[in-house]
Amino acid sequence: MKQYLLSIYQPDGPIPSADVLEKVGRELHALNEDIKAAGSWVFTGGLHDPASATVVRVRDGEVLTTDGPYVEGKEHLGGLWVVNAPDLDVALGWAERASRATTLPIEVRPFHDRAEY
Amino acid sequence: MAVLTRVLGSIDAAEDAVQEAFAAALRTWPQTGMPPSPPGWVITTARNSGIDRLRREATREDRQARAALLHAQRQPDEPTEEGPVRDDRLRLLFTCCHPALSPAAQVALTVRLLGGLTTAEIARAFLVPEATMAQRLVRAKAKIRDAGIPYRVPRPADLPDRLRAVLAVVYLVYNEGWSASSGAALVREDLCAEAIRLGRLLVELMPDEPEAVGLLAMMLLLESRRAARTSPGGDLVLLAEQDRGRWDAALVAEGQQLVRRCLRRDRPGPYQVQAAINAVHSDAATAADTDWRQVLALYDQLLVLSPTPVVMLHRAVAVAEVEGPAPALELVDHLDLGNYHVFHAVRADLLRRLGRRQEAAAAYDAAVALAGNAPERAFLERRRAEVDAR
Repeated sequence: MKQYLLSIYQPDGPIPSADVLEKVGRELHALNEDIKAAGSWVFTGGLHDPASATVVRVRDGEVLTTDGPYVEGKEHLGGLWVVNAPDLDVALGWAERASRATTLPIEVRPFHDRAEY
Repeated sequence: MAVLTRVLGSIDAAEDAVQEAFAAALRTWPQTGMPPSPPGWVITTARNSGIDRLRREATREDRQARAALLHAQRQPDEPTEEGPVRDDRLRLLFTCCHPALSPAAQVALTVRLLGGLTTAEIARAFLVPEATMAQRLVRAKAKIRDAGIPYRVPRPADLPDRLRAVLAVVYLVYNEGWSASSGAALVREDLCAEAIRLGRLLVELMPDEPEAVGLLAMMLLLESRRAARTSPGGDLVLLAEQDRGRWDAALVAEGQQLVRRCLRRDRPGPYQVQAAINAVHSDAATAADTDWRQVLALYDQLLVLSPTPVVMLHRAVAVAEVEGPAPALELVDHLDLGNYHVFHAVRADLLRRLGRRQEAAAAYDAAVALAGNAPERAFLERRRAEVDAR
């Protein structure tokens, strides 16, 4: 059994209307129920937009705290799932449903086996 | 041993092959586990590695050996691959062509693990340094391991898309061999032979998939013309000007038989239609005998299945034969293919036939600038010179 990170790539800019968000929310809820029923669910959550971010870094032993996201780009991480799956195809299956529900691209990346730490 | 001796042509070769197969088994089975049918595994592995060695030892001049490899068909009394071994190869094929891998990785893995080429041979064929190709293979295998790409035949729901990817990989290999994207030679025979071998394997593994049959038919018909496609001096010879006596009759016959099989199946697809188009050309004793109306009708069908500008371009060539160069040029001018040398070559030819010499010359210049290999460039430059001279 492997663990995969499913990341939602959300374009910067205004968020969709309440109607659209409601539909997305319903489909995501159904998806998450299915992930749980399959025993694959580890975690899921949606993120506040990049303006709400703060970055902490240490340089020469000094802590620097700055406003805003780490990376400025045209897209940002909108939300994520962590799922258990026996292989990539199963994870891709969840990703397809997530992509349909959110209408956004979903990146699927494997975690290192925890035994490696 | 009997099977191997017949296939490999000598007891020595068969013995060497069996030795290698046992050595391979001792290396891999401890990690991968015993295959379901150890004897079948050994036979298939030995046969394939023996064929690999034959290929390596067959020199370019050894036409007989090369022809044997190209025409290698299952003998009637030879046992078919055992079910579990066949399943193994199918699983491996789909794994190599998994969409999580880049197209370059898919091609390299497929040709390496299912074809018979060494890393060095693949590198030479695709004109990259050997170290680069080795890295590509290492990274692809690492991705299969790290991302957990499963070793299985896809579920029925996924099969159509995944099969399309496999066919695309095989066709890519053939295409690279047919019209080398750069370099001095027009065709790399090794790659074409490799693609055909993979095509045969595909049909053997999935005989009910008509597009697999169509792809093999298309490649065989194209391959049948290889000798006629270059003059003794290495110049490109167009289809219309080829000495059809130099076409390989056995490959033509086999290709046409496969096309007929597809027609009976009546589940058309792009590769089958392209095969049928090639069959129409192969049917004509001379270029003048070509049934261009049939070719055009097939392109109409292909356009429905695969509505791309490139298909429209090739269809326009058929339109020129049936309706004349003017309506064809009208169609071509609407296509957005400025980076494709064939687009400019087709335009140039139509303009030339319409007597618009200056525009034809300009179009030939554009084609030359974009052409990928020396014989194609030389051909286009000759055509351009003819336009200038008149």
